[in-house]
Amino acid sequence: MIVAVALPPFERFYLQYRDEVLGYLRRLLGGRAEDAWQETFLRALRAYDRLDHGRHLRAWVFTIATRVAMDELRVKPPRELGVDDVAEELRRPGYRELEHLTGDLPPTERAAVVLRYGYDLPYAEIGAALGSSEDAARAAASSGVRRLRRQHEQQRHA
Amino acid sequence: MNSSVTPELDARFRAAAIGERLVDVRYDVLESPVGELVLAATERGLCRISYTVDGADDELARAFGARVLRMPLDDVRRELDEYFAGRRHTFDLPLDLRASGFQAAVLRELACVPYGRTDTYGSLAAKVGNPRAARAVGTVMNRNPIPIVLPCHRIVGANGALTGYAGGLHVKRALLELEGVTLPPS
Repeated sequence: MIVAVALPPFERFYLQYRDEVLGYLRRLLGGRAEDAWQETFLRALRAYDRLDHGRHLRAWVFTIATRVAMDELRVKPPRELGVDDVAEELRRPGYRELEHLTGDLPPTERAAVVLRYGYDLPYAEIGAALGSSEDAARAAASSGVRRLRRQHEQQRHA
Repeated sequence: MNSSVTPELDARFRAAAIGERLVDVRYDVLESPVGELVLAATERGLCRISYTVDGADDELARAFGARVLRMPLDDVRRELDEYFAGRRHTFDLPLDLRASGFQAAVLRELACVPYGRTDTYGSLAAKVGNPRAARAVGTVMNRNPIPIVLPCHRIVGANGALTGYAGGLHVKRALLELEGVTLPPS
């Protein structure tokens, strides 16, 4: 039997994901996250009445946020994140290294690494978020991790 | 774990959503002398007043669309505050009343029952040309989408008994007493 998951009123969806999406965009965009956050939820609202059901809403809103962030990063390449921007994001233990390190990755790899290791999204959903396939998302995350490892080695030997 | 969206950022998003006309229905919760009231409006006007807060957003989504957003409804709040303070006897708010046929006719007549007066189910039925439909008028009152503004609290039984009310009989009594109606002892 297929259990229908009704689309919740937008207010409830918004309250459920607004903080998490802002945290994600801060990781990708630092101090430029707020405009991207607003654009993410405006795009979500524009498309919301065309959704058929309430499944996968988390992955859906991360997809939108990733696209907004990618657009932003293509226009203006990432600058070094300020300490203040990042400080708020450092409460998640285990990702402290990730926060500092991912700043230098190319945008796609950065998003793939953060979505996989920071938000536990499966590769199929990361692929959808990045506008590519599950395999491409896995490759981007793995390439990002290899790049981080190389950077880490270089810093240790420097 | 997460960043917290500040009240400023939240307010900016909500204002942008309204500004871009992306919202099907907005709602607000008013603390009133008769308890919490959910107020809701579309672009066309006030569409709901509800005594039931839990699940009100789901009901609004079913009736008006899923793009439901909480926003202050200042005009509605102000007129209701004035009403509860005894300073307002008629409401001057645009309404989005989605009713047709018998229900629409009854609600139109209901809107004409003046402040501080009562009328009966049977009398309203007669005014819409169907004097035997008192019970059906009761059903329309029971499902009144905009109580207080459409004053179903002013409709009583033929013997003057208060009968029923969505917000509870104590609320019906409180509203009529506010309006200076002399009631039989409960």
